[in-house]
Amino acid sequence: MTCCATGLLADVAQMRAADLSAWVSEPQPGYQRLELVVPGLTGPEHMPEIEAALTGLCGVTSARVNLTARRVVVIWRKGEGHAGDVMAALAGLGLEAQPFDPVKAGTSADQDEMSFLLRSLGVSGFAAMNIMLLSVSVWSGAEAVTRDFFHWLSALIALPTVAYAGRPFFRSAIHGLSRGQFNMDVPISLAVVLASLMSLFETINHGEHAYFDASVSLLFFLLAGRTLDQLMRARARSAVTQLMTLAATGAMVVEVDGTRRFVAISALRPGMKVQVSVGERLPADGVVIEGASDIDRSLVSGETMPEATGVGSRVHAGTMNLTGSLMIEVTAAGEDSFLSEVIRLMACAEQAKSRFVQLADKLARIYSPFVHGLAAVTMTGWLIYTGGDWHTSLMVAVAVLIITCPCALALAVPAVQVVASGALFRNGVMMKDGAALEKLAQIDTVIFDKTGTLTLNELTLASPKTVAMPVLALAAGLAATSRHPLARALSAHAASRGIVAESIAQVSEHPGQGLQARVRGETVRLGSRLWCGVDGAASGDLPEIVLKRADAAPVIFTFQDVLRPDAKPTIARLQQQGLHVEILSGDREGAVRRVAEALGIADYRAAATPQVKLAYVEGLTKAGRKVLMVGDGLNDAPALAAGFTSMAPAGASDIGRTAADSVFMGAGLTPVAVARDVAVLSQQLAKQNFALAILYNVFAVPVAMAGLASPFLAAVAMSTSSIIVIGNALRLGFAYRQRVAVPGMLRDVLRETLPLSMDKAA
Amino acid sequence: MNGLFFLIPIALLMGGVGLAAFLWSLKSGQYEDLDGAAWRILQDDETKPKPD
Repeated sequence: MTCCATGLLADVAQMRAADLSAWVSEPQPGYQRLELVVPGLTGPEHMPEIEAALTGLCGVTSARVNLTARRVVVIWRKGEGHAGDVMAALAGLGLEAQPFDPVKAGTSADQDEMSFLLRSLGVSGFAAMNIMLLSVSVWSGAEAVTRDFFHWLSALIALPTVAYAGRPFFRSAIHGLSRGQFNMDVPISLAVVLASLMSLFETINHGEHAYFDASVSLLFFLLAGRTLDQLMRARARSAVTQLMTLAATGAMVVEVDGTRRFVAISALRPGMKVQVSVGERLPADGVVIEGASDIDRSLVSGETMPEATGVGSRVHAGTMNLTGSLMIEVTAAGEDSFLSEVIRLMACAEQAKSRFVQLADKLARIYSPFVHGLAAVTMTGWLIYTGGDWHTSLMVAVAVLIITCPCALALAVPAVQVVASGALFRNGVMMKDGAALEKLAQIDTVIFDKTGTLTLNELTLASPKTVAMPVLALAAGLAATSRHPLARALSAHAASRGIVAESIAQVSEHPGQGLQARVRGETVRLGSRLWCGVDGAASGDLPEIVLKRADAAPVIFTFQDVLRPDAKPTIARLQQQGLHVEILSGDREGAVRRVAEALGIADYRAAATPQVKLAYVEGLTKAGRKVLMVGDGLNDAPALAAGFTSMAPAGASDIGRTAADSVFMGAGLTPVAVARDVAVLSQQLAKQNFALAILYNVFAVPVAMAGLASPFLAAVAMSTSSIIVIGNALRLGFAYRQRVAVPGMLRDVLRETLPLSMDKAA
Repeated sequence: MNGLFFLIPIALLMGGVGLAAFLWSLKSGQYEDLDGAAWRILQDDETKPKPD
């Protein structure tokens, strides 16, 4: 199929230019700044191209690509440059761009938090190194005045550092305490503050032991964990933002006086008239008031075959307009609209779902009271044993707090999650939160939707197996102009056999019926049986298209679904792992059965409405099963929300992508199996890490309680356990290093989400 | 002992310079596009990005 992607994109870009003013900011007087998300920024090769094209524009002073975030920041002199030019220039390069507001998207808050954590990490790292240097001298036998001098120097570095770099923990601890919760940060803050104060007291009294090094390196390790955690969160959030910006954000509204303007979907009101061009998704539910077309409902209902639509038909948001331009009147976004029904079901599913508590949080709930109890027991024990020696007892209790400070625990999970999400990203899976990984490891059932999930949104020729070349060339020539899936499948088939489609001058498309043209003086038709005047009902339940020439017998082409290329091995792999695999589809029985048989899936259900899908998944959940729902459509959204966890392909409907916990890219289904593998491995590693951390405590705590812990021992034990935990987490990264990045991953996303650019022939 | 009086300030100063360099690099946005930076070094630089 050869549609002019860039041309259409350029039109869209121009339409949107009028609306860009909301996104343009003024960083300094006389200059304007626009930030854009460019999901098609696939690799470094685009960078110089984009920057050259944009800096070449009139008035543009700077254009900088951020490859990591796939964003472009353009700054131009006010009055000289225009936001519309920027969009048009990007569209000229074949790149779809969406204006982006970091504040609204929440990424600027993420960035602030991240740089705050990094600053704290830098400061605490500096302090930890220097204090450790001084402490090493003390441990190697500095005496009397020298020791005091070193202690004072350490105090001078440590106290401001604790006050500065400890803030993230103090804040969270106070926040937690004010709500009556003991979170992990309470023992952390206590240990750090008590250790510092006690060491200061010791220093003043020329004492032998000061724990400045411990309190600061504790902060350093914990901040590293906190930074990794934040990195994970920011990564997940940016995945969400990127997915959101892939969605169409507006609709072309035709006013009463005939003027057209591009408005955001949220600004659409009932009664507005919206123009929907060929190849666009419908922005809202409505009634057709002008034009006729075929509507692809595959994302909404899971049906493969498009539906003919004419004046007076009700149409749903999210469906794709295939063959003719339509004017629709937006109907009330009331309770009866399909979309609001789906959203209502989703909300119900979300409510019914019990809140998932992550392993780390579960541990934290036990850990804090346990540690505090331990310190209190130690304190009272020593008070009794020494007959009221407050000083010694307090020293030992503080040592217990320092030793048990959950350094390794706080690092264990974030380190694994960051490494895992990196490995997943390289394999084409974007996770929306860290819990998804943990849930994925626990699933026992996988339910696939058929259309768009197990199959691609494409069809392939099933019969006749042999067609004369000229016949196929003629049919392909007619089909070339149409967006109808059957016509596209026919063109693709001809192209794959190396047959050049006959070039036909004027093909007229009759939505819901077929195509017609005059070739060499005779009328040729391609379309439904009725359109071609062929009697009889369809031979089987496969979709078909008829080619009718004036003199010859009609040729009937039938088509079938195209499975994702690696669907079979992926399903087999999941089944081998002992997972129960099922299909739950909205499509017709026959089509579903064929796919199920081809993939070796015994359990399948066809013709399921969103309600049925939801009820089925909820039923399984009630029966104690942990379901991974994989689906793409609007009709899958409630089931996606109800599943224990869920995945959606990047080409899914907006709501499907929103409802799913993670999204995978590319034409293959392999990412589903890989995601499961990574999840299982990462949970193993996280548990190993917890075990290591607990093992460390089992040995270290008795030593500390017995009063034998010295600052030296504390420093060595703490660092070793933290480093072991990080090293263990990194093993996951090594295990998945060989799987190289999915090439052109985001190009695939674009191709799947923007059927405009679905240019297979190119 | 006397050595300490100039060696320790030197050690602290060197650490401090490192810290200052880190904070500066953080502030000037050098950690914002790590992927891009890795590739930029390989590209023939005809279009020098102008400083903001």
